[in-house]
Amino acid sequence: MNGAAPVLRRAGDRGWLIDCAGPRPADVATAIRARPWASELRDVVPAATTVLVVAETLAGMEPLAAELRAVLDEVGGRESRPAPGRTVVIPVRYDGADLAAVAERVGMDPHRVARLHTEGTYTVGFFGFAPGFAYLDGVPEGLRLPRLSSPRPRVAPGVVAIAGNQTVVYPGGTPGGWHQIGVTTERLWDVDAQPPNRLAIGDRVVFEAVAS
Amino acid sequence: MSIAMATANALGPAATARAAVLTVVEAGVATSVQDLGRPGLAHLGVPASGPADRRSFRLANRLAGNPENTPAFEVTLGGLAVTLSESRYVAITGAPVPVTVDGVPVHDAPLVRLPAGAVLAIGRPWAGCRTYLTVSGGMEPVRVLGSASRDSLTGLGPDPVGAGSRYGLGPARPVPGVPLELAFSVVPCGGPVPVRFRWGPRHELFGAADRHRLTSEPWRVSAQCDRVGARLTGAALSIGSVDLASEGTMRGAIQVPPSGEPIVFLADHPVTGGYPVIGVVTDADIDLVGQAVPGDELRLTPMY
Repeated sequence: MNGAAPVLRRAGDRGWLIDCAGPRPADVATAIRARPWASELRDVVPAATTVLVVAETLAGMEPLAAELRAVLDEVGGRESRPAPGRTVVIPVRYDGADLAAVAERVGMDPHRVARLHTEGTYTVGFFGFAPGFAYLDGVPEGLRLPRLSSPRPRVAPGVVAIAGNQTVVYPGGTPGGWHQIGVTTERLWDVDAQPPNRLAIGDRVVFEAVAS
Repeated sequence: MSIAMATANALGPAATARAAVLTVVEAGVATSVQDLGRPGLAHLGVPASGPADRRSFRLANRLAGNPENTPAFEVTLGGLAVTLSESRYVAITGAPVPVTVDGVPVHDAPLVRLPAGAVLAIGRPWAGCRTYLTVSGGMEPVRVLGSASRDSLTGLGPDPVGAGSRYGLGPARPVPGVPLELAFSVVPCGGPVPVRFRWGPRHELFGAADRHRLTSEPWRVSAQCDRVGARLTGAALSIGSVDLASEGTMRGAIQVPPSGEPIVFLADHPVTGGYPVIGVVTDADIDLVGQAVPGDELRLTPMY
């Protein structure tokens, strides 16, 4: 946590962009959603360091800013407590297309890569890039790699991949520049389901290795 | 096009008398089905989508007696031809286009009674680019995540519209009799288009000279202009590369990539972006940008 204070920036007629500074955007977004006036918001969109808040109507943008500042004071004042989300367990078969290459680059054998990945404690930070693409923070130090130099044009749903300190379960149909280490048969994103997302912002995720 | 041709091409022997059906005879270059989109899902990575010119879209449904969110065609640069299995009113708004029924020009086109089996065709717009066509009773396409909007960025929504696409129609509705003289659409038609915006959220990353340039120089809509956004060309801003983590964006965002030529986000914009947003076009004026065609000149005017 650094000393900088959160900043609210106007983002169009009906929006405020919060530069979170200290608190995690996922925690700020969760706290905003818990307020009774959240029903008057159209969108609360956490990202890497910010939360975009969009109201349904233009009326009351200044009172909204005051309410948002109150939420930020509360979240910022809290000791860093575990996020209030659920824990979701995802079984993974660690036999991804890039597993051997990842093992070589980080100097471990593939089993150790899989073990290390299951030992991480992951939190759903935010969604972006594509529908259902949830960025999970918390890849252990030893597994952090930059993205592939050339992304694959299309990645199947359920592919588990890593890049930097983040891991993802691909929702399907998108290009992908992350290192593919495994696959899950769990469907985490399904536009025909209600809701379409099995993971929600703030949830903790545990990966469990299953036999190939 | 004759009635006989339309019947042979489009309806065919398979069409039954029971449910009313709209059949696409010709799709045009870029026609999609839209309703008011899927707002409120940006936190799951889902763009809001919906019509590029929401005002004209709503007007079409009001004219046809439909609820405002009823699925309709968004026709970009004309070229759509449709036929119905049962006689209905059809409303046409947005970019003004020549309209024909079985080849005969129709005057005062906002609301047309289209007889069963006749082919209604819309030509290239005289101004603007997006025309909305809706049928009394409304089409009933597939809905994905609660919306019938085809999102060009992610592919969510009904399949692309093609010749032979068929859509079931809801029960015809009494047409409310909106005075047609009030049924005007607002589209750019020559001359600079005034577009108001609010500064922020990242205008502070730009120097005073660049901010001045944004508001004082004319910007032209380039050929890179679709439902995702409109790229503008003009006296490029000198932003260079800024290290900014991806953050939430909104319709109307004026995003400045390293080239310095701004992009105005439209209906199918990505929910997050990593280039700084210098300002956001107002809700009132963004529909105008959704009607702009390559070559149109925009005058960006700050609200304060």
